[in-house]
Amino acid sequence: MTTLVDTPGSLPNEPPENAAESTTAFKKQRIGGGLGRYIVVRFLLIIPTIFILVTLVFFLMRLTGDPITAALGGRLNGEQLQERIHAAGYDRPILVQYFEYLGQIATGNFGSSITDNRPITTILVTYGAATLELAFYALIVAFIVGIPLGMLAAYFRDKGQDAALRVFAILCYATPVFFAGILLKLIFSVWLNVLPVAGRASTGSEFEMQDLPNKTGFYLIDAFQTGDPAVISDVLLHAVLPALTLGLLTAGIFLRLVRTNVIGTLSTDYVDAARSRGISEYRLVRKHAYKPALIPIITVIGLQIALLLSGAVLTESTFEWKGLGFQLAQYLGSRDFVAVQGIVALLAVIVALTNFIVDVAAAIIDPRVRY
Amino acid sequence: MSVELKPRKQSVISRLPVLHQLRQSVGLQRGMLVAGLVITTVYVICAVFAQWIAPYGFAQLRDASGPFGSQQPPSPAHIWGTTVGGYDVFSRVIWGAQTALEVMIVAIIFSIFIGVFLGLVSGYLGGWLDRVLVVVADAIYAFPSLLLAIVMSIVISGGQSSLYGGILAAAISITVVYIPQYFRVIRSEAVRIKSEAFVESAMVIGASTPRIMFRHVLRNSTRTLPLIFTLNASEAVLTLAGLGFLGFGIEPTAAAEWGYDLNKSLSDVTSGIWWTAIFPGIAIVLSVLGVTLVGESLNDLADPRLRGRRAVAAASGSVALTSVVPGGPLEAGPGGLAGLEDTEGEADRDR
Repeated sequence: MTTLVDTPGSLPNEPPENAAESTTAFKKQRIGGGLGRYIVVRFLLIIPTIFILVTLVFFLMRLTGDPITAALGGRLNGEQLQERIHAAGYDRPILVQYFEYLGQIATGNFGSSITDNRPITTILVTYGAATLELAFYALIVAFIVGIPLGMLAAYFRDKGQDAALRVFAILCYATPVFFAGILLKLIFSVWLNVLPVAGRASTGSEFEMQDLPNKTGFYLIDAFQTGDPAVISDVLLHAVLPALTLGLLTAGIFLRLVRTNVIGTLSTDYVDAARSRGISEYRLVRKHAYKPALIPIITVIGLQIALLLSGAVLTESTFEWKGLGFQLAQYLGSRDFVAVQGIVALLAVIVALTNFIVDVAAAIIDPRVRY
Repeated sequence: MSVELKPRKQSVISRLPVLHQLRQSVGLQRGMLVAGLVITTVYVICAVFAQWIAPYGFAQLRDASGPFGSQQPPSPAHIWGTTVGGYDVFSRVIWGAQTALEVMIVAIIFSIFIGVFLGLVSGYLGGWLDRVLVVVADAIYAFPSLLLAIVMSIVISGGQSSLYGGILAAAISITVVYIPQYFRVIRSEAVRIKSEAFVESAMVIGASTPRIMFRHVLRNSTRTLPLIFTLNASEAVLTLAGLGFLGFGIEPTAAAEWGYDLNKSLSDVTSGIWWTAIFPGIAIVLSVLGVTLVGESLNDLADPRLRGRRAVAAASGSVALTSVVPGGPLEAGPGGLAGLEDTEGEADRDR
């Protein structure tokens, strides 16, 4: 892949002048070189990923027939249907439609939904913030719960506490997010009646946030803008259960990862050396073993984004959290496959971009990644 | 211990994948493995004998004494109550096990066959096909699996599904998600194994490419399959439930499906009706938990760094069994010396 880009200026090691040098040495120097090159190559790799996913989704969705019949088949008669299909251009050859679709996507136009005729990009802007907010809360929960518990499990390795923590981690993973959501709802909203059942805020707070001059769509930021403590606490209370639901799913994975990696670093030479100096096992875990164990987590977060998005779709449906996933489920229900295709394609772009960012972050932290 | 020093003499029973690990495991790890096996066994029994365990059919709304009634609390006649649609919760949970098992089996058979075949071809033959397949598999792998399953289920059934159509649609949707995992593992194994000496010697004898691929490479590249198999089985249950929860599963009259039941129970929960949600939910958790516990334990036992400390010492003699060639490297036919020479040659070329 290194041959794809040619930015010798960013290389700390200029290619050797002497052409007689062995090609392997030459290659190794180039490959080992700069972070800038890695970022460029990694960025170019996004393009085939997005291209493949978008193509895949397009042709798969078209296999079923045209989206207009799927969405409106029962409601319009044959002629009206044909008219709509013709107007939308779905009676043209599929390759023509495909290239048109690619062109639209390249200019950032993901099409409009059939049932309520809204541009997909508008849907993204309106509901994307909610999903992002939820994912952010969930990641915080996952970090707060997963990392300390993982270190604890490594510290108590093969003892009862470790077993309990590992079973907890597996339970986090084994519980479908929507069931976890239903359980939490049942306990905290219905039986204990301390937390709201669903939604992102109560109508009163939403009304208060409606008239803000620069609304962000992130309810927490908006709530702080109103300056009303009641609104802030209302928004936060609404976020607790969805964040826990989605966060615990990821927390279980973090816990397992941290445990495995801390155990791995605990048997390295430098930890052995520290141990021989008489440093306590607890301190070893706290100070010496855990930092290098966190590096793999950063690389794994990339894959977690995909899981988090899958989970967000289900969590949002459970809690009527009006985000992208909730909208996706709604459009799925009304068989509006253009909207579904648009949202899915958009999520593909988001996943590819976040993976890129995560990979670059990993490369900055750990130079070995920059192959 | 003397048995393990001579792996070839072990009985067939103790060499079976799960039983071997059961013997290898110690203490806590054995506890987790046994717990997983017990839960999985109970789950499979429920699924296979659903017909005799469940008191009613999965789509049964009335018996001799009239309709069941909607949202009835648990009672002797309906030990786990009835759903909003008037179905018996207990019966639907038991029948749901059967649906989940069917989908799981079909999905895993599909993805193993397709994934293994593609991985083998890609890894062994290499070339442009390999590159294309790797890029495609990576793209699919990075994508949210649930979304892909949704797209697939739209393609296959248009969102509406009948009895076997529904099970097949769900299974194929899940298959597409998991093919890349099998593909990756088998491909990397195939790439590694094709440079082994016994493959070269097979070529020298004049064995055909398909014969080498399926007889020599495939047989030696399947050691990690049980691990992915168990992990995927649990993910298949979760994906099926997720599809059902979003309304893309199987119609309630066609088969019982836990995700669908949970979706219908969502509105019950807010009014304090807990039995329609708790039981199918726990059924999902337990089935996933059982299979995952087995998979996790197998995974840990295969990785010496994660094996319990005592277990490492105890089982070190049998590590060879988990390596590429069961029974140790000596069995690799005329590999021995030739293999050494070959690696030396490669080292020279590198220098």
